[in-house]
Amino acid sequence: MTMTEDTTANVALVTTGVETPIPQVSTPDESLPPEPPEEGRELVFQVRDLEVRYSGHTAVREVDLDIAANEITAFIGPSGCGKTTVLRVLNRMHDITPGAKVFGRVTYHGEDLYSSKVDSAEVRRRIGMVFQKPNPFPKTIFDNVAYGPKINGRKRSEMADIVEHALTRAALWDEVKDKLKHSGLSLSGGQQQRLCIARAIAVEPDVVLMDEPCSALDPIATARIEDLMEELKREFTIVIVTHNMQQAARVSDRTAFFTAEVDDEGRRVGRLVEFDVTEKLFTAPSDARTEGYITGRFG
Amino acid sequence: MTAFSAPSDHRSLLTPRPGSRGRKIRSVVASGLITLAFFVALVPLVAVVLYVIQQGADQLNWAFLTDPIPIDRAFGPGMGPAVAGTLLITGAASMMAIPLGVLGGIYLNEYGGRGVLARVIRFLAEVMTGVPSVVMGLFIYTFVVLQTKEPNAFAGALALACLMMPIVIRTTDEMLRLVPGELREGSYALGSRKSRTIRTVVLPSAAPGIISGALLAVARAAGETAPLIFTIGIVSETNWSLFNGPNTALSAQIYRNALSPFPGAQERAWGAALTLILIVFIFTVLARLVTAFFSRRQTA
Repeated sequence: MTMTEDTTANVALVTTGVETPIPQVSTPDESLPPEPPEEGRELVFQVRDLEVRYSGHTAVREVDLDIAANEITAFIGPSGCGKTTVLRVLNRMHDITPGAKVFGRVTYHGEDLYSSKVDSAEVRRRIGMVFQKPNPFPKTIFDNVAYGPKINGRKRSEMADIVEHALTRAALWDEVKDKLKHSGLSLSGGQQQRLCIARAIAVEPDVVLMDEPCSALDPIATARIEDLMEELKREFTIVIVTHNMQQAARVSDRTAFFTAEVDDEGRRVGRLVEFDVTEKLFTAPSDARTEGYITGRFG
Repeated sequence: MTAFSAPSDHRSLLTPRPGSRGRKIRSVVASGLITLAFFVALVPLVAVVLYVIQQGADQLNWAFLTDPIPIDRAFGPGMGPAVAGTLLITGAASMMAIPLGVLGGIYLNEYGGRGVLARVIRFLAEVMTGVPSVVMGLFIYTFVVLQTKEPNAFAGALALACLMMPIVIRTTDEMLRLVPGELREGSYALGSRKSRTIRTVVLPSAAPGIISGALLAVARAAGETAPLIFTIGIVSETNWSLFNGPNTALSAQIYRNALSPFPGAQERAWGAALTLILIVFIFTVLARLVTAFFSRRQTA
């Protein structure tokens, strides 16, 4: 275990201490045997039999995932397959979506993420998120990055260093160092997205969730963000939703393929089809539906 | 060989399509009518402003703005008590209505949402916007002035605040609704709680709209007459006290002096009218400037 320190620190999250870790040997879905944890793989998230409903309608069900530290995990699949929905489960973003309900079991470093004793604001301080559309606050570039650290009670005197460090890691510092007092909205789309990444990593999260972070960007900006992810992987665990299969193949270590199936009542419900090492999923998928999708036969 | 030859069925770009002539004529006629309508709509506005300036400009000087009001028969300056009263009463009304109204709007959009209580309040605020101002004056007269036995500036301010509050509530509610959900999510995703998200992200984003809405409510209240006639009484000496003794306001003085048979008083009514228009104009311009300043700071 490489991240023992982090694990012990997380005990403070719930007063009752660490919950019993999920046994690795049994899962409810027999068609999806669990990945035996490889040597040195620290699991950050364990998702079991997840189901999300919006106002009573199931959006996605029967999802089992193990997400490991310092890896990039990609969620791919056609529109409406529930990949963004599952991503938003991981930082309890559904708490603020009216009508959304999460069922099943999700653990974060072995602790129940959805325990009533866990504070969702604390969860989101550790699990950051970058959104599909760049959404800088209508504040200065500096204040955008300083927003999160301020919430976390970091001192004003540290702020300049924190901001510079975060912007440097997001590969934006050189472009904005002379205009930190300008509005974040004055930047180009690609710069805005890197600003949002800087904003997310300025709070020193453990995980960064990215919801189609490049879908609003041109290929050059996309390439920059992909390079950036490779860098960030050393410090953070990254989960990325993308509808761009090449992107998943380029950047991710593991890929989860979701698809939408029509249920008995004629509604589209998302399902996890296959979750494997990216290379294997793209070259030798074990499910025919995965193969159909990655070879462009549907979706 | 020429590289640029047209195919045999090419129709020249210069050949008009059938019916295009009629469309062009209709377009010109419609544009003309719209422009005409605009100028017709402008006539009363410009006429009122020009006439008030013409009648009132001679009155307007420093003495007019500060001196006590002379008796009706006398000529010469003096609207000081009314200027002071208008500023005092409108100011006090704003201090009550704007904070309460903004907080009410925040409750409606951020906490109440589509709940029953919020829907009832939203509906009542809408109804209150439609209550005639004279009714509001009568209400305050009955419940405040008749109890305190003496008209005063505070009673007038209460009546104006009742008129302003629904406007402020509704503008705030609507401006907050325009704040994109992505901004809120961005804040929540950094571990911010609801109250902090509202304070540091949502309110600043909506601030230009809220401020301009509030200042327009102030401008509207400054021009109200009916609720003040009931509630503040009348004086000819400046009274800066909010609670003690009767007061007066520009609008009330315009009403009283314009009805007077004496030319001196009538002249002062015109002067007061111009003063009031200027005050309202200043507030409107201020609203624009503040809005522009805040939006520029957020995006530049």
